[in-house]
Amino acid sequence: MGAWKEFSKGIIAENPVLKMLLGLCPVLAVTTTAINGLGMGAATMFVLLGSNIVISLLSRFIPSNVRIPCYIVVIATFVTIVDLLIKAFSPELNAALGIFIPLIVVNCIILGRAEAFASKNGLLYSVLDALGMGLGFTLALLILSSVREILGNGTIFGISVMGDIPPILAFVFPPGAFITLGVMVAIVVALENRKKAEK
Amino acid sequence: MTEILLLMVSAIFVNNVIFARYLGICPYLGVSRKVDTAVGMGMAVTFVMTMATAITYVINYAILDKFGVQYLQTVMFILVIASLVQIVELILRKVSPSLYSALGVYLPLITTNCAILGVALLSIQNKYNFFMAILFAFCSALGFTLAIIIFAGIRERLDNADIPEPFKNVPIALVTAGILALAFMGFSGLVK
Repeated sequence: MGAWKEFSKGIIAENPVLKMLLGLCPVLAVTTTAINGLGMGAATMFVLLGSNIVISLLSRFIPSNVRIPCYIVVIATFVTIVDLLIKAFSPELNAALGIFIPLIVVNCIILGRAEAFASKNGLLYSVLDALGMGLGFTLALLILSSVREILGNGTIFGISVMGDIPPILAFVFPPGAFITLGVMVAIVVALENRKKAEK
Repeated sequence: MTEILLLMVSAIFVNNVIFARYLGICPYLGVSRKVDTAVGMGMAVTFVMTMATAITYVINYAILDKFGVQYLQTVMFILVIASLVQIVELILRKVSPSLYSALGVYLPLITTNCAILGVALLSIQNKYNFFMAILFAFCSALGFTLAIIIFAGIRERLDNADIPEPFKNVPIALVTAGILALAFMGFSGLVK
């Protein structure tokens, strides 16, 4: 039961994007198409998983007053691995995500989970936590990018779905990103308030 | 001369770090409740961003390029920025206590500001020369300051507005930022 809870909390109850509002820069920047959103989600999840594993294993050996620089080096190493892998296997994704791949390093979700969870918990729970948080992050990216791609481009995963209805170009650009995310967060808050009222 | 002017207009307005590049959204939403704190954050970012870009630029070309270890770029840059923030904090406390008390609380927050690392990486990617890189960093930071001060001004007014319950706080801030970004899109096409 405990294990399931550690895994599932990141997906909805403590969703890093919609609930905790962490790591918003890549969320807004790369979600122009659903494919990009998915790619960014997967890259972040890989880094999160790697850093959570290493940090939970090493936490006993890292002196507490230099822990943040140590975590950053671990995270930066995994980011470099992802960066090189994406460059090698998917140049299109690399071009689309651009500077936001190296910037995974400063994504507060990853340092946040390292500090708040992986450094205090065992390997199994840290892996589950990383998977859950990573899935929650990917899910939020996927929803946001799908909405933006459908409204802004009339397609999803590159397949045309809107027929003759003209796309609203602004949704591909920054204003659409901010407004869509704002409405998504508001919907989550509204659902929560209704749940509370029912109780 | 035109080149310099174009770079400045482009970095401040057209490719504004917040509204066009989506860098530094966390402090942008976090410390924009009051105009005073927004000014402090803007100053701290300007200071650190300019210095960080200058130092990472030198390291990139004098060390990483020379020894062919470009893959260490991300690790190197983030460590440089993290320690730079610490050093700046120490020096300011000693040399200029008044500036330190003005910027103090915002300095540690800057390490996790992706705009700093982002601008440092962008100025390498865009292959600027040293002077242009520093100017680019300084103007990007000015763009950030401009954006956060305008936004803080609006948010102070929003406190008195009648906002639907679910939209309170962050959602309305995001929608406001969206509308501001729409306004800033008016600059696009001004400079290529």
